[in-house]
Amino acid sequence: MSPALPNAERQTPSAKQIKSVDERRTQIFQQLRLDRVSRKFGSAVALSGLDLTIQAGEFIALLGPSGCGKSTALNCVAGLLPLTAGSIWLDQQRIDQLAPERRGFGMVFQNYALFPHLTVRRNVAFGLVMRGVPKKEIRRRVDAVLELVQLQAHADKLPGRLSGGQQQRVAIARAIVIEPPLVLMDEPLSNLDAKLRLEMRAEIKRIHRDLQRTTIYVTHDQDEALSLADRIVVLNEGRTLQIGSPEELYSRPANLQVARFMGYRNIFELGLEQFKENRVVLTGSDICLEGIAREPLTTRRPVAVIRPDDFLVGAPEMSTGSLNMRNVICGQAEIVEYCGRDYLVDVLTSSGLLLHVRTPRRVVAGERLRLEVPTERVLVFFPE
Amino acid sequence: MTTARSLALRVKNFDQIVLLVAPALFLVVMLFLYPFLFGLILSFSTHGGTGLGNYERFFTTAFQRETIWTTLWISLPATVINIALALPVAFVTRRHRFQRILTTILVIPITLGTVLIADGLLIYLGPQGWLNRLLLLAHLSASPVRLTHNYWGVFLSLVLSGFPFAYLLLLSYLTGIDPALPQAAATLGASPWRQFIHVYLPLLIPGLAIAFCLSFVQAFSVFPSAVLLGAPAGPTRVISIAAYQAAFEDYDYPMASAIAMIMAGVQLLVVVLVLASRSLFYRGPATEAKG
Repeated sequence: MSPALPNAERQTPSAKQIKSVDERRTQIFQQLRLDRVSRKFGSAVALSGLDLTIQAGEFIALLGPSGCGKSTALNCVAGLLPLTAGSIWLDQQRIDQLAPERRGFGMVFQNYALFPHLTVRRNVAFGLVMRGVPKKEIRRRVDAVLELVQLQAHADKLPGRLSGGQQQRVAIARAIVIEPPLVLMDEPLSNLDAKLRLEMRAEIKRIHRDLQRTTIYVTHDQDEALSLADRIVVLNEGRTLQIGSPEELYSRPANLQVARFMGYRNIFELGLEQFKENRVVLTGSDICLEGIAREPLTTRRPVAVIRPDDFLVGAPEMSTGSLNMRNVICGQAEIVEYCGRDYLVDVLTSSGLLLHVRTPRRVVAGERLRLEVPTERVLVFFPE
Repeated sequence: MTTARSLALRVKNFDQIVLLVAPALFLVVMLFLYPFLFGLILSFSTHGGTGLGNYERFFTTAFQRETIWTTLWISLPATVINIALALPVAFVTRRHRFQRILTTILVIPITLGTVLIADGLLIYLGPQGWLNRLLLLAHLSASPVRLTHNYWGVFLSLVLSGFPFAYLLLLSYLTGIDPALPQAAATLGASPWRQFIHVYLPLLIPGLAIAFCLSFVQAFSVFPSAVLLGAPAGPTRVISIAAYQAAFEDYDYPMASAIAMIMAGVQLLVVVLVLASRSLFYRGPATEAKG
């Protein structure tokens, strides 16, 4: 029940300990390495064997649906959750046994976790006060960071008096003012409305560009991940599905789950017709698609995935009656959603297949359409 | 004419659901307000007529006047000790695996009532009790330590019966603090001790003030344990004993009422002082104001 010895030791932070945190802060590290990091809650596996090496200055997004283990991973790095297996290394130093206050990472919480009893200025200064930074320097650094997030005018307000976006910026300022080697962000934009989210996204991007702080960013929004990150880690049910650059993930998802997550909304099972190297020809009752296999051929049923914006939409040509022309699909526009720059159309083929299509071409509901898709935009998987 | 019509309209628009409050209101008036006002008026009636005679008599008689200090001298330290004990216990148990069992054990004294606690303490702490036998056996004391029929008996009983109350109150205040706040403090470099000093404590001030007031009011009106465990004729002649004696030994109801009013006044004074001191600290919600 009573705190163990290392705890008691931590209760009186000696000058030496404060110095050790401060030294680590100024020390520029080369890489952060997660080695088979795992976390169980009882018998439930929240995160199983996450391997990840992050270079200094990188912006990493952990992407996945809720409950995929992304927040667990972040809390493990922050030191708020002990690991059940694996280790975390900052260069040659193993840090997964260190208490959060001795890691010196800056963290932005999902609900911001601002201290409600302290003014904006004192919230931001908190980490510097804990480090024993001289008062004059605290003032200078807090002023500088408040200017960076454009909150000088609100410095003496309590957080409860601020709007969501302002609170968010206080949380970011509080995390970066300590100049941490690593900034951790746990879905920082999820509580903001759509317009503010875009603004804050740009703000985070700008701050990262200016300060070049290594950042791990947790989100369930692929747009956020794509626009912010240098590399994205896609997680599902505690497992790593793919690690790669935004371009890689977007155009070459490693499996069906990642494809689904990256916005490949048209997913359909078809019969296998031909297979040559990684070129596959698939057929259905009224379509014939040639695509690129993203997985080795197996006996399992092939699945073709196509993104809504990869279709070329045109009017059907009467002369070419060949229904089974490769990569050409004919159908009728069922539902047309006007989205300003383009149209989102649900197209129904004669065999009852429903396709989601995005096109700048003006489409009217009920119209017959000819859809064409390039071979390299049809991805084929063999899911279990 | 118009006023009569508007009155009729008002009667017609009157929401009859409000009438459901009536039984409760009746009870409050009859059980609380009526006796209070009755006592207040009664306290001003003297043998000669009406006036402040009873109050004058109380404050000019040292024997009576000193009961205020006697009571404060028992109830204030007991309250302080209660809060000081309850805070760390609540803090440690707030996320403990066995919190429910612990809470149950700690809350049992509430269900027992003061008389049973007094009875138990009389046996346990008495000259022939376990504690003294143990002390004698271990040669820690040459003669039995006197812990009953004096100040310490009443004090201990107040701590025992008041602790669970303070504990439960503080536990609920503590669990109301967003756990992300101390976590945020930790990532900013605050050790567990500094997390407590800089995050928990400031946010707990309102809870501590309320817990203090409620515990104090309970302790100040101590009666059974002061009689059973204390020395009701001398060192633990608390103010409630003075009121009891006036009412049921002297049959001087007006005097007893006056003492009751003085008692209420002292309690009110302490409560107002404590609650007013809260304004020196942060008093807002212990979680984020907005999401």
